[in-house]
Amino acid sequence: PLTQNSVVKLMLLLLQIQNHVTCNGALYNRPFSESFEETPMLVAVLTYMGYGILTLFGYLRDFLREWKIEKCHVAQEREEQRDFVPLYQDFENFYTRNLYMRIRDSWNRPICSVPGAKMDLVERVSHDYNWTFEYTGKVIKDVINMGSYNYLGFAENMGYCADAAADVTMKYGIGVSSTRQEMGNLDKHEELEMLVAKFLGVEASMVFGMGFATNSMNIPALTGKGCLILSDELNHASLVLGARLSGSTIRVFKHNNMQSLEKLLRDAIVHGQPRTHRPWKKILIVVEGIYSMEGSVVRLPEVIALKKKYKAYLYLDEAHSIGALGPRGRGVLDYFGLDPEDVDVLMGTFTKSFGAAGGYIGGKKELIDYLRAQSHSAVYATSMSSPVAEQIITSMKCIMGEDGTTIGRERIQQLAENTTYFRRRLREMGFIIYGNNDSPVVPVMLYMPAKIGAFGREMLKRNIGVVVVGFPATPIIESRARFCVSAAHTKEMLDVALSAISEVGDLLQMKYSKYRALPSQDWPSDETSYEGTGNQGTRSPM
Amino acid sequence: KMASGQQWVLVEMVQAFYEAPAYHLILEGILILWIIRLLFSKTYKLQERSDLTEKEKEELIEEWQPEPLVPPVSKDHPSLNYDPNTKLNLSIVCGLPTSHKIVVNGKECINFASFNFLGLLDNERVKKRALSSLKKYGVGTCGPRGFYGTFDVHLELEDRLAKFMRTEEAIIYSYGFATIASAIPAYSKRGDIVFVDEAACFAIQKGLQASRSFIKYFKHNDMEDLERLLKDQEVEDQKNPRKARVIRRFIVVEGLYINTGDICPLPELVKLKYRYKVRIFLEESLSFGVLGDHGRGVTEHFGVNIDDIDLISANMENALASIGGFCCGRSFVIDHQRLSGQGYCFSASLPPMLAAAAIEALNIMEEDPEIFTILREKCSCVHRALQGIPGLKVVGESFTPALHLQLETSTGSRDSDMKTLRTIVEYCMNRRVALTQARYLDKEEKFLPPPTIRVVVTVEQTDEEINMAASLIREAALAILK
Repeated sequence: PLTQNSVVKLMLLLLQIQNHVTCNGALYNRPFSESFEETPMLVAVLTYMGYGILTLFGYLRDFLREWKIEKCHVAQEREEQRDFVPLYQDFENFYTRNLYMRIRDSWNRPICSVPGAKMDLVERVSHDYNWTFEYTGKVIKDVINMGSYNYLGFAENMGYCADAAADVTMKYGIGVSSTRQEMGNLDKHEELEMLVAKFLGVEASMVFGMGFATNSMNIPALTGKGCLILSDELNHASLVLGARLSGSTIRVFKHNNMQSLEKLLRDAIVHGQPRTHRPWKKILIVVEGIYSMEGSVVRLPEVIALKKKYKAYLYLDEAHSIGALGPRGRGVLDYFGLDPEDVDVLMGTFTKSFGAAGGYIGGKKELIDYLRAQSHSAVYATSMSSPVAEQIITSMKCIMGEDGTTIGRERIQQLAENTTYFRRRLREMGFIIYGNNDSPVVPVMLYMPAKIGAFGREMLKRNIGVVVVGFPATPIIESRARFCVSAAHTKEMLDVALSAISEVGDLLQMKYSKYRALPSQDWPSDETSYEGTGNQGTRSPM
Repeated sequence: KMASGQQWVLVEMVQAFYEAPAYHLILEGILILWIIRLLFSKTYKLQERSDLTEKEKEELIEEWQPEPLVPPVSKDHPSLNYDPNTKLNLSIVCGLPTSHKIVVNGKECINFASFNFLGLLDNERVKKRALSSLKKYGVGTCGPRGFYGTFDVHLELEDRLAKFMRTEEAIIYSYGFATIASAIPAYSKRGDIVFVDEAACFAIQKGLQASRSFIKYFKHNDMEDLERLLKDQEVEDQKNPRKARVIRRFIVVEGLYINTGDICPLPELVKLKYRYKVRIFLEESLSFGVLGDHGRGVTEHFGVNIDDIDLISANMENALASIGGFCCGRSFVIDHQRLSGQGYCFSASLPPMLAAAAIEALNIMEEDPEIFTILREKCSCVHRALQGIPGLKVVGESFTPALHLQLETSTGSRDSDMKTLRTIVEYCMNRRVALTQARYLDKEEKFLPPPTIRVVVTVEQTDEEINMAASLIREAALAILK
């Protein structure tokens, strides 16, 4: 028993070192524990070998298809246009033809119900190895949904929010057919914008019809030539596109790495623009609240400290974190107990926690006035549909508690409990999980290409719908299955899912973690319950 | 035995050494010396300028002042009429019970400004269908198409659109602007060439900017200018045939141009396509559901085979009175966007109730093809009624549902032109006809169109209303443009 005890202590110590528990001076008011366990060497080697074999077979199949030994299912160019320059290069689609096609049934699965905690999938089969799909006409009922971004469970077709949206549909209609600046500025939009500003704690806000377009159309309005954008390595495609369209210089810093960011800031200010050495007009740091592929949370207190020190501007994309983090559901600022005034541009989407569609930007009144006049979306794109706006209004009021019930607070609490429980159990089983202990996005590593398809299919056999991701959304050897925990999941559903995951994990030998956590009582992040936050608003530095 | 084997190899090596030619040995010797030198020389980083001390760096950091995040906006910008009493932005705030007679700033006006061509914004069937979809699916889809965001409604809508347009496949996007802006960069990459009309809309310009290709603008609707550019390109190709075999070429045009109201000469374009081997991308936001006997757009209007057009893109926010957009064409072309259309892969899918509304609107379009003839009649009616207004000229074809009214003689300053037009618009709004100015981002457009008033025709407008509006605009012009 003595040796056992010391072994346990040693393991806990190793885990702590591994987890990089940081309490960086007075900046953080809670422990910040993220972990990205190293890929085991054997697994990495086998994964590369797997891809190598697949590539060889890919070349073989291409050869067979070219020589007509194998039937070619790929769509062909028209006869009349055969002498045109080919629309696609052969090697561009190599990956699609030979690797993606084999496991294509893991994605684009059609559903025919509300994307809530349980959903109904349309059954489809393929008789030619995923080149074409046929619908059998049957429906797979009550599949546990671990893939939809339904963090607070507002994806529902009954209840107060749905009724309000139904009213608005019949009263206002659904389309708008005009832009915000022409004839599309409805009173619903004004109401929504005031509510969003109140929710976030900022002076004013503006809403847009699509979350992706919010980024790609507003970053060009904020920066231009002569400005510098410092963007995180793993930023979303919309942020990258917005930064590119703006025409500014873009420099990338290592993911969530504050030393890398500081070095870039110092170099930028000291040396100025490349070649001319003129000073930069402005510097914009672009980060996300929760990174959806890693499950990591941005180190916001440190970023804000850096931004203040070097007089840069901060653009925070809270697509996944709004509603999902924080004791009051106000996102990553609430989670760290920070002041919304410190962030210059607060951006987010309504798709994830509010069960609707669209995006918003919040900030100072000058910023929003400027965007009303100069945003590409306000001038050229149709404004948001009325029932969608109503859904956001009702769900936001519910989260804030303004509808007179405690449903919002209960859901936030439930999400936090579900997240902690789910992550803890997965760690105990021995899976490698990435990300912060408090993020409801849970990536479980698969690594090998064959396991991507196998995991998706095996879980569907056990009636659980999961999302698997591979290259190019992730680095080539780091394929993963990504679970999204929701407040709508009950503990029983999570238990069912966890036992299925464990079963499949044993079957596919996915339990790679070297540190199998013991189910111990004094797990550091067990205190996620937000009981003591009735009196929040006071930041207590550690 | 091992030792003798090794010895034997050594002897062979020494022999080879003696037998090798002299230059070979010298070359190898130099290479070995060079490798030793590289291994031991100091690494040289270009970035570090070691001639600034830490103190100087700190001073530079202290001194640097950025510009303000946003420049101040002038207080009289039309979208910012701020009423200090109610603290509301009183820019054009519309509340609807109906969209034909809308309520603007508290006044009920006849709508000549929303792109509601077929009057489907208020249609009861469309609303009911959207409602039943809401009761089944809720509002949002909570995911992109790849991750449980594909609903059977989306598949049905894609199928119906493909059948309606008589193409093999269609793909839908959740935002009209993002449709063409994601479609172009999916095919045209760095190094490819795109020939674009000067009057192309902003969404096309953004798509072209994202694609990083070479853009060549030809004068609006000028086929000779386009042919000249194509001939120049052919000459370039002769100089470098190997490169020419991999550069893709595209022509991007709109069916009915939203900025000028004209139609593109599609048959000539198809001829140019086959002569110079260029692919055509057609943007039909304004002409889908307007032109053609069955509303299939510009290809039906001219009787062009739809397979001759590589990609047709349109948004569903005008005639179909929903939200979103679609692209249709052959599977060979469209299927590629499912993995490389940015607005498709990285964005949440269209809410199912909006897709259901689009399906119902499509049903109405298919059941009643008369509606397109009625719309075109009303367009020519409006076009006639607006002729001869002193000081304003009508810009656009007689069958265009979205016309422009431009000042006949400009004062020379864009600002004063815009102010004049704004006065006319306000005059009309106060007398219950809702018009709007066409809005552009002055600094971002490549070829900024002149300031105009937009007049939109819908099937719901009666002849009396059209005549009333026309006489009102005439009155306004006489009063203001003396």
